[in-house]
Amino acid sequence: MKAGVLDVARLVIARDLRLAFRKPSQLLQPLMFFMIVATLFPLTLTPEMSRLRDAAPGVLWVGALLSSLLALEFLFREDAQDGTLEQFALSGQSLTWMLFAKTCTHWLLSGLPLALFAPIAAVGLGVPGEAMWSVVASLALGGFALSLIGAISAGLTLGARRGGVLLSLLTLPLAVPILVFGADATHQAIIGGDFGPPLRMLGAIAVLGVTLAPLAAAAAVRIGLE
Amino acid sequence: MLNVTGLHLWRGDRHVLRGVSFEARAGQCVLLTGRNGAGKTTLLRAVAGLLDPEEGQVAWRGAPARKTRDVFHSELAYLGHEPPLKGDLTGRENLRFATGIRRAVAAADIDAALTRTGAKEFSDRAVRTLSAGQKRRVALAGVLLTGAPLWLLDEPTTNLDADGQQLVATLIEEQLARSGIVVAAIHHALTLKSGETVNLELGAA
Repeated sequence: MKAGVLDVARLVIARDLRLAFRKPSQLLQPLMFFMIVATLFPLTLTPEMSRLRDAAPGVLWVGALLSSLLALEFLFREDAQDGTLEQFALSGQSLTWMLFAKTCTHWLLSGLPLALFAPIAAVGLGVPGEAMWSVVASLALGGFALSLIGAISAGLTLGARRGGVLLSLLTLPLAVPILVFGADATHQAIIGGDFGPPLRMLGAIAVLGVTLAPLAAAAAVRIGLE
Repeated sequence: MLNVTGLHLWRGDRHVLRGVSFEARAGQCVLLTGRNGAGKTTLLRAVAGLLDPEEGQVAWRGAPARKTRDVFHSELAYLGHEPPLKGDLTGRENLRFATGIRRAVAAADIDAALTRTGAKEFSDRAVRTLSAGQKRRVALAGVLLTGAPLWLLDEPTTNLDADGQQLVATLIEEQLARSGIVVAAIHHALTLKSGETVNLELGAA
């Protein structure tokens, strides 16, 4: 009996979570990178709360973007190298669906922890306490969109030796809208403005990503496996 | 059941497959031979649908395999050069995930397959710690578990000891007896006691 779609997703997620916890360094590296960038930044600026607050959205979001690029490297590369991605493609199941499950797991392991740890860095940047929830929400949502978009580039660069630089170059232009709206949402939250509109834009980008990115990623991976 | 007609495939500026055609009926084993670089792996990957041939067609049960890709893949087991296993998982976990995404599988089935390929005793160790031959035995258990009628095997006896090479021959014989089809690229002679064998030499000028 052919496995059902939900069973497939459950297995893919369980497998990737198990692998991540057996090799936690891969999990911690992007998170550490983000925390180091975001906590070192205040040391280089004059310690005026108002100035730090102005810089906070930019620091948090550029840090999050670069950290997610770092994490994207691990999305498909190892599975492609040991041949397990090939077996995904040959399983007779929808590759789109399996890659979507993989990308969601990737977000659970990179984007979500980053968003949850962001308040620690945000305090150092003078972000007021009442803005924390929206900082976490916008980073979580933006991180999800980044993972989805990044999956396309990660698939496309599978065939390239040392695809890291190429991966960044391909992802960055697509990631700019997320950066702009994400930083705006954080900025609005800090000054006590209305962060609803930019947050909704992030949501819209994430929805668009859910519907289109896995299809494109699957096509890219099939090419990358050749 | 498997019809391959006029496959032409280029890799870069090398014309690797020059109009390869063969057919395999239920219960037949096609052995691909040829020197290194003759295109054995390329042919297997093209048949599996991992490579797009420039010309020619692969048909399965009379229908083009490209058009019915998911059905074709669910009836196919492909074992490449490297055993497709995650080093950080145990052999058993690897098989549970690899088989589980294809069909519902019971722990007892996995046990039986591991025992059949002589991989049971080391199936609870991380694959990374296994020898190349042990990994191959785990991967062969994975092929058995797919229950697929069509096996595509790329040098299945690599890294195996004499006992293991005999095991591969027996597994292929059993697959043929079940009316399965095996297409295998081989370097070393593989003698089957039963079943019909067709030899296909690639790269012969």
